[in-house]
Amino acid sequence: MIDEIREIAAQYPDPKSAILPALRLAQERHGYLSPEAFEEVADGLDLTPAYCKAVASFYDMFHLHSVGRHLVEVCTNISCALVGAQQVLEAFESELGVRPGETTEDGEVTLRTIECAGGCGWGTVVAIDHRYREPVRPEDVPAIVQELRDAD
Amino acid sequence: MPIRKIVLDGTNGRDLTQIAAYREVGGYKQLERARSMEPSAVLEEIITANVRGRGGAGFPMGRKASFLAKDTGKPVYLVVNADESEPGTFKDREIMFKVPHRLLEGCLITAHAIGSQNVFIYIRGEYLREFEIIRAALDQVREAGLLGGLTMVLHRGAGAYICGEETGLLESLEGKRGQPRSKPPFPAVQGLYASPTLINNVETIATVPKIIELGGAEYAKIGVANSAGTRVFSLSGNVVKGGNYELPLGTTLRELIYDIGGGIPEGRALKAIIPGGSSVPVLTAADVDARLDFDSMAAAKTMLGSGAVIVIDERCCMVQLGLRVAQFYMHESCGKCTPCREGTRWMVQILEKIEDGRAEQSELDLLLSVCDRILGKCLCPLGDAAAMPVASYVDKFRDEFQRHVEERSCPFGESPLEHVFAPVDQHVPQEVHA
Ligand SMILES: Cc1cc2nc3c(=O)[nH]c(=O)nc-3n(C[C@H](O)[C@H](O)[C@H](O)COP(=O)(O)O)c2cc1C
Ligand code: SF4
Ligand code: FES
Repeated sequence: MIDEIREIAAQYPDPKSAILPALRLAQERHGYLSPEAFEEVADGLDLTPAYCKAVASFYDMFHLHSVGRHLVEVCTNISCALVGAQQVLEAFESELGVRPGETTEDGEVTLRTIECAGGCGWGTVVAIDHRYREPVRPEDVPAIVQELRDAD
Repeated sequence: MPIRKIVLDGTNGRDLTQIAAYREVGGYKQLERARSMEPSAVLEEIITANVRGRGGAGFPMGRKASFLAKDTGKPVYLVVNADESEPGTFKDREIMFKVPHRLLEGCLITAHAIGSQNVFIYIRGEYLREFEIIRAALDQVREAGLLGGLTMVLHRGAGAYICGEETGLLESLEGKRGQPRSKPPFPAVQGLYASPTLINNVETIATVPKIIELGGAEYAKIGVANSAGTRVFSLSGNVVKGGNYELPLGTTLRELIYDIGGGIPEGRALKAIIPGGSSVPVLTAADVDARLDFDSMAAAKTMLGSGAVIVIDERCCMVQLGLRVAQFYMHESCGKCTPCREGTRWMVQILEKIEDGRAEQSELDLLLSVCDRILGKCLCPLGDAAAMPVASYVDKFRDEFQRHVEERSCPFGESPLEHVFAPVDQHVPQEVHA
């Protein structure tokens, strides 16, 4: 992976600029940003792991703890809220049996809320493993959860 | 009168994501033309067009480009702001997935105009599909030999609203936490890697090919005085047909919400309108005939912002709305300066008390005083972006805030929209216990 990171870094005048793509790559490989993941990014970019962690913690898309294999993110910002995001969130809660911020007991699915996803006119926007579904209504939720359970 | 499209021209029922299809509607002809012109002549057309930035602040693009420091011995950078995350806004995303090549052509023409050989597109991390579409389009451009000697890097963000602020974006692109810089120096003098840098929004840059095609003077005739051209308005909230609509500047809110957007669902009454994304002051139903252009919005004591029109119907509690907006800005505050970092927390805490019916009368004034202590006192405009809307909700819907205090509860308790606004402390996944 270190070679891959160096290859990304070569695109930039300063290799440090590659920290976000490098962290993303490491997160994809490790599932989350584990101590080893930070070591690898730091090695690849000649930075310290502490620096990498300080940067990573600024950004919402990086996970500093392990998360489920699937990620369900429900936008709860104002445009989605006005068309019922809370009801969609509640439908996921009851279907998955977890509260937002939690992961199902089998470690499969993490549910969380997010800020405006940029699909406000087609709310409620839900990102399933980073792919947007829009609009999602409460009645669509059981099928989405089933799909995730059938995925593997 | 037929509505003239600029940025989204040719997209009606047509897939323009492939370079061949884009060429069929005249794509990359303006690049060829621009490259046959002197850079200064291209810049002159952009200045004449008087196109104002579409990212939020509305600064004229041509003027900003003319501020770029010359003969510094350093490279000149063009950075495209595709971080779109102002709540209510989803237009840049539509431009990227419908006409990626128009954005890329705009980049290449602008780079020529300012003598840049290095272009960065900073695209918000959540926009995965849009990233894939732009990447594919860029590959086609490269294969077609259109880049010349220029390098173009697509850089994905990782979830931080503040990275849409131009200096926060530059910090992030340099591999740091995305905390805004103090200005001056402005990016045109010391931007990316301390070099002269032009930063523009996706929609602004995607306008450039048409400016060259029509000529700056002809482009400037679209729209109204001081607000040339069209905008891609993002319409959302309690409206029948939400979506993006490209319309001339100067279109009224009524035309957008009712004639084009189909009005409010189920015949409910209009209560309020946020005309330019969550950071601008609110309008009431009485303002529905206001025009969507820079001057008319300023006259209505609000702003055109990112062109995101959020429609709010009678069921919404303005205290809850204010709370949710304040929560957003608290979450996104980068923490660098005190009024914003502390003030947004105070705003949230006071609004929670008001909403729960625990607030004293004096706390309503305290809320306004906190807003006042944020306004104009922060390093970057995010602080204002939190304080302005919330202060406007109190100002325009004072009765409603007052009732929360007097009745010691939320008068919208019975509304089906109660608890419509989920708390924000649910963003960060908790540790999984094996
Ligand atoms: C908190 C904050 C967030 C911003 N977010 C964005 C954004 O997501 N996209 C954008 O183009 N401009 C955003 N801006 C405005 C930029 O700072 C900058 O003015 C803009 O990118 C310049 O491009 P333009 O002149 O073409 O509009 C934001 C500003 C602030 C203060
Ligand atoms: S106003 Fe807020 S977001 Fe902007 S620099 Fe200060 S703390 Fe950071
Ligand atoms: S408010 Fe949900 S996508 Fe914008």
